[in-house]
Amino acid sequence: MKALVAVKRVVDYNVKVRVKADGTDVDVANVKMSMNPFDEIAVEEAVRLKEAGKVSEIVVVSLGVKQCEETLRTALAMGADRAILVETDAELQPLAVAKLLKAVAEKEQPQLLIVGKQAIDDDANQTGQMVSALLGWAQGTFASKVDVAAETVDVTREVDGGLETVKLRLPAVVTTDLRLNEPRYVKLPNIMAAKKKPLDKTTPAELGVDVAPRLKTLKVAEPAKRSAGIKVANAAELVAKLKNEAKVL
Amino acid sequence: MIYKAPSKDIRFALNELAELPAVCTLPGYEDCSVELTDAILEEGAKFAENVLAPINRLGDKGAKWAPDFSVTAAEGFKDAWQQYVEAGWVGLRAPAEFGGQGLPALVAIAAEEMWCSANLAFSLAPLLTLGAVEAINHHASDELKAVYLPRMSSGEWTGTMNLTEPQAGSDLAQVRSRAVPVGDGSYKISGQKIFITWGEHDMADNIVHLVLARLPDAPAGVKGISLFIVPKFLVNADGSLGARNDVRCVSLEHKLGIHGSPTAVMSFGDDGGAIGYLVGEANKGLAYMFTMMNHARLGVGVEGMAVSERAYQKAVEYARERVQSRAVGSPDPAGVAIIRHPDVRRMLMTMKAQIEAQRALAFYAAAALDRAARDPVASEAARNQALVNFLIPIVKGWNTEQANEITSLAVQIHGGMGFIEETGVAQYYRDARITAIYEGTTGIQALDLIGRKIASEDGATARWLLEEVKVTAGKLAAAGYASLAANLEAAVKDAERCVAFILETFGSRPQLAAAGSVPFLKLMGIVLGGWMMGRAALIARVQQGDEGADAEFLAAKIVTARFYGEHLLPQTAGLAAAIVHGGDSVLELDETLF
Repeated sequence: MKALVAVKRVVDYNVKVRVKADGTDVDVANVKMSMNPFDEIAVEEAVRLKEAGKVSEIVVVSLGVKQCEETLRTALAMGADRAILVETDAELQPLAVAKLLKAVAEKEQPQLLIVGKQAIDDDANQTGQMVSALLGWAQGTFASKVDVAAETVDVTREVDGGLETVKLRLPAVVTTDLRLNEPRYVKLPNIMAAKKKPLDKTTPAELGVDVAPRLKTLKVAEPAKRSAGIKVANAAELVAKLKNEAKVL
Repeated sequence: MIYKAPSKDIRFALNELAELPAVCTLPGYEDCSVELTDAILEEGAKFAENVLAPINRLGDKGAKWAPDFSVTAAEGFKDAWQQYVEAGWVGLRAPAEFGGQGLPALVAIAAEEMWCSANLAFSLAPLLTLGAVEAINHHASDELKAVYLPRMSSGEWTGTMNLTEPQAGSDLAQVRSRAVPVGDGSYKISGQKIFITWGEHDMADNIVHLVLARLPDAPAGVKGISLFIVPKFLVNADGSLGARNDVRCVSLEHKLGIHGSPTAVMSFGDDGGAIGYLVGEANKGLAYMFTMMNHARLGVGVEGMAVSERAYQKAVEYARERVQSRAVGSPDPAGVAIIRHPDVRRMLMTMKAQIEAQRALAFYAAAALDRAARDPVASEAARNQALVNFLIPIVKGWNTEQANEITSLAVQIHGGMGFIEETGVAQYYRDARITAIYEGTTGIQALDLIGRKIASEDGATARWLLEEVKVTAGKLAAAGYASLAANLEAAVKDAERCVAFILETFGSRPQLAAAGSVPFLKLMGIVLGGWMMGRAALIARVQQGDEGADAEFLAAKIVTARFYGEHLLPQTAGLAAAIVHGGDSVLELDETLF
């Protein structure tokens, strides 16, 4: 069984981003970039499935600028077998990403497409769902447990009310949630080996996908600064304030 | 108590100042590249930040010794070691033929900085293991290598250095431990060794002790010392572990710092003799130990800088958070974060500027180590070997002496809170203290510098280096960095004066040269650190024109270099005066008057 895993290069979760002076975007120049943590979980899950003998090959794909190669190398060091970079400098929105992933999936014919449930930069949470619809495959989103059988996959989903388990016919799209697994530390010999693993490059044009943005960002602004709170003397005063001023009681 | 690897400065020092791309062209290092190094250091940073740093505080509570002579590593350490081994980090610079990656020392030293910052006590276990690997690889027979190196390079087994005895510290000629041939090629070792770092613990299946001892017919003094492998568990012919050897940890020292690193008193041969195997030839043990000395001393210089970095990060964090007193000269009575107070700024800049200079100098020395080992042009290799030999005592001595000052400043910035153990910064201050002592005290480094590194070659390398510094000073003047250029030039003159003084007195009045040796070592550290900062400023200036340049980092680098020029470099004048004119007063007082 082949697994295709999509990984996105995003601003590292430790970086506190700043809005550009002209309000068009956040400033990502010279900030540390890393693999989207949800995608790390996706790669880890694929590697565990391979270690368990359920998956035979892991292909990782990333879409974006040349530097996404570094992200792909990290995925290769984690245990993926080969990588595909769909290289473009264009802004990629979820629909375009879904179309590109569909094109790659049609070429690669995986039984499982695993992606993070969302990326920590735009938090869109749309790509997995869109690509599932475009491919006409079943989807198991927000996975906290994945159990692969020959023809099906059981996905335990984190939903508002608790956990829901769905059985999907393969091929299927799975999007990963935080509790699915804890990604491993990459081993040094695997970093060395990763640079020798195959990494193919293609472009949206070669895949025949129009990636033109459908949405326009009007303005990016920092959240309003929280003003300082006040201290109350005792519980009675707190209750009074909640009743009379905040009117929440 | 978080630690964040200073990745940008590490990369700048690696790629620009130590010229990693050129090191990657040396024979045998072609597989290495800037990209690969980036990937390695990124994963290394994660490991340091998330696995090693969080248990540093637990390590401060110490390892535990039990009356059955066992030692339990500090909480969390065994698990961290397991993860460290599984991730393959021990093999970073272990030889490729025994399972290591054989990467350049320059790459390894950058990773080692992060281990040391995150958890100095922990980092000593791999450091000592790799030191032992190096000694065995260079000097032991193929049979011994085959038995010990694969499992030491992987970290399944750790290594130690058993040199010191109660009466033999800096003076190893006094070593008394004995080795008697058994007749089957092995030896029975007996004697007591002290200060054995990671001498006993429960993190690995076996511990391979390298032990200095004397054979029955050995000449007295340093020429009669041999080196032996003494494993904790004997190794069977099939590679499995056999009987427990006659070596035990009879106690652990109670130390000022690095409590997470068990410092053992080792007793060999209480039950008739520990089985040992001779490394290389008889009576050459000390020479063998010296072949690893450069690497080990460079490593300790990195430790000093690394613990300084950790303390600096903690101080910055506190200075940003702690609100106290109005800003100096401000009419607004509201308190401000103390990072706004000029003296706190001065302390932070003093720390930052020296750490960056020391990192650059240590990496530069590591690159020279790689070139000395691998440059195909013999004259280049020889020049780099002389450079390494010259730089090592300076990196070791200066980085660690300043680590004491820098970690002390970090405590100072915390005010009273810094004196409270729970704050955590005191641990860095205590941990840093040993770095100026072990692997040769600063005094030993300074004697090495003036004797073997200056007098014995008539100051050739010193003069070559100082000429290079002058060239940089000239470029700085042309680039408009007036204060840095002028002070660097003046500092070079001070250095030249002192080199001349040492050459003049070393033979005729050696006591005078020795009296000024540590101030001279510091002076050279300051000058060469200034050289690195000057080069950094020049490179930063050029890079500012690049598309996508990291403007903030480069601007900060230039300001930091200027601070170094205006605050650190002027110290050379005072040091030079003391070195050249102050020797007599060091020595004059009669011993009875102390």
